Amino acid sequence: MSDKAKWDPQAVQGIIASLQHKPGALLPILHGIQNALGYIPPDSVPMIADALQQTRAEIHGVITFYHHFRLTPPGRIKLEVCRAEACQARGSRNLESHVKEKLGIDYHHTTLDREFSLEPVYCLGNCACGPTIRVDDDIIGRITPEKFDLLVDELTTTALEIR
Amino acid sequence: MSHKIFIPRDTTTLALGGERVVKAILKEAQERKLDIEIVRNGSRGMFWLEPLVEVETAHGRVAFGPVEARDVTALFDAEFFKGSTSHPLALGDPEEIPYLKKQQRLTFARAGITDPVSIEDYKAHDGFKGLEQSLTLPGQAIVDEVKASGLRGRGGAAFPTGIKWQTVHNCSADQKYIVCNADEGDSGTFADRLVMEADPLMLVEGMIISGLAVGATQGYIYLRSEYPVAHQVMNEAIANAYASGYLGDDIQGSGKVFDLEVRLGAAAYICGEETSLLESLEGKRGLVRFKPPLPAIEGLFGKPTVVNNVLSLAAVPFIMDKGSQAYADCGMGRSRGTLPFQLAGNLKQGGLVELAFGPTLRELIDDFGGETESGLPMRAIQVGGPLGAYLPESQWDTPLDYEAFSAIGAVLGHGGIVVFDESVDMTEQARFSMEFCVAESCGKCTPCRIGSTRGVEVIDKIRSGNNVEANLALLDDLCETMIDGSLCAMGSMTPIPVKSAFQYFSEDIALANASSSAQAEAK
Repeated sequence: MSDKAKWDPQAVQGIIASLQHKPGALLPILHGIQNALGYIPPDSVPMIADALQQTRAEIHGVITFYHHFRLTPPGRIKLEVCRAEACQARGSRNLESHVKEKLGIDYHHTTLDREFSLEPVYCLGNCACGPTIRVDDDIIGRITPEKFDLLVDELTTTALEIR
Repeated sequence: MSHKIFIPRDTTTLALGGERVVKAILKEAQERKLDIEIVRNGSRGMFWLEPLVEVETAHGRVAFGPVEARDVTALFDAEFFKGSTSHPLALGDPEEIPYLKKQQRLTFARAGITDPVSIEDYKAHDGFKGLEQSLTLPGQAIVDEVKASGLRGRGGAAFPTGIKWQTVHNCSADQKYIVCNADEGDSGTFADRLVMEADPLMLVEGMIISGLAVGATQGYIYLRSEYPVAHQVMNEAIANAYASGYLGDDIQGSGKVFDLEVRLGAAAYICGEETSLLESLEGKRGLVRFKPPLPAIEGLFGKPTVVNNVLSLAAVPFIMDKGSQAYADCGMGRSRGTLPFQLAGNLKQGGLVELAFGPTLRELIDDFGGETESGLPMRAIQVGGPLGAYLPESQWDTPLDYEAFSAIGAVLGHGGIVVFDESVDMTEQARFSMEFCVAESCGKCTPCRIGSTRGVEVIDKIRSGNNVEANLALLDDLCETMIDGSLCAMGSMTPIPVKSAFQYFSEDIALANASSSAQAEAK
């Protein structure tokens, strides 16, 4: 697991304090925490609730409403595959099943070695040049099963070199 | 002598290896000891040519594309940086490429030409002229100009923008808001993204003008989290606008105030619905609100609020600079001005095509999109996003105009056009429409929340040949319930693609049944 995912109450408190004055502060706070830690640790929920004078249930309700927010640590690399119509018209159904088979996981799961978390996404706005995937913040177009395999090799090889 | 080279920084260019091309050009230039200046412009929207590299010459620009990193050495050998067109990827003057030349670019006039975050570039290409004009006018005069232009909301509902502004203008309140709906979740659409990545200052200008018109001093751009590049570019543009005195406490010495902030969504299609968007901005679950009250009267934090799509706000600087008549002169019937159509899916030449309303769908595809990428014949075209109808070939001669589409039970929506070739199984597409509604329904009303799940189940039965006639009747009934009983467009429009798929492509039911029984036998 990456260092990013370590539970650090002080960091979370700092993020909350820097954003809680904003009108409608909850989404900015949740983004701030997830950007820093990779997820929203359940232990941060009461801290956010206190700061915004809301109930823990309300905060939990907001976190679980949005597909983007997660309450568990992701794998080292977050992978999203576009499932929407424009990519379907360019072969994404085939790509989807290939990706799941290659990684050995379904959507919303993380590989056992904690390298990849796989999520569906409904449109990345690259609709003329799909199928499209997102690897962390990089969007990659015209992905074929062959290109996907090369990409996975590239991503996992780089990791070994760093270590 | 320095050579100026333009390489876009938009999502599609980056998704096709734009960054690697930049690195290769810098490396090659260094090895050859050439003085190269790279400008990261926006895309011109000819996505099949990206990465499109342009070189500035004394006689205008020369374009090369699509360029891959491995082409760079040969391009240098051919002296592309001097504008020499001997390399096979040379396309000549980009503005002479028919795809671009045949368009009527009002909103996207600057796209691909300027550095999107440069205030100087923006001003050198008519930027902030609409704002200058607006700063001399009372709010009502701005509202009147927008009304006269005939501009209708580009998010999909096509409500007259000027009338919405008038309502907010007429409210008296201590605080009003301008909210830009940049939650462009429809598959097959990317026009909002291209505004934000290629010409974000135009959106900033449109929002300031809107604020002046209705008396609002705070703006929010609600941007989807699936657009990380737009987020970055938009934030840079806003920072530059603050630094140059176009945003903040005293806009260009006028004493007028307007503050602007980007707020990120968190992957929820429903937040493109305006009341759900407002809930999300307030930090809540994106549940759809009952209307009335209208957001124009009780919107964000209960205050009068303009909620407009990116394209609606982006059209405003042109209207205020060139006049409402210049805008209204384009178009047909009650659809005035231009719509940036977005050609997507299985097409050779996908991209953004800004045209006045009026050409037929077939003309648009033939003149711009070319044939399918796969080379197979086209079979179905979905217009207007995941809640839009699938059109069979018999309907492709419909003019692209809000009323003409509505007359055939289809929607123009946000102008997204997704082409499918003959390999498509339309029963599978219908199933996906319901499945998408299951994933994205906010859950507030029953027809949408439960109806979509039942819809998936019934379509599965139809596809597997289980009591087909009875289940088709049941699906029809379910669709009627969703149309009549849902609170917002998510539930009431999901039946549109479903019904069109079964009505116009009913032959696919027998094919799905056959493949289903073949699978069963194989087991």
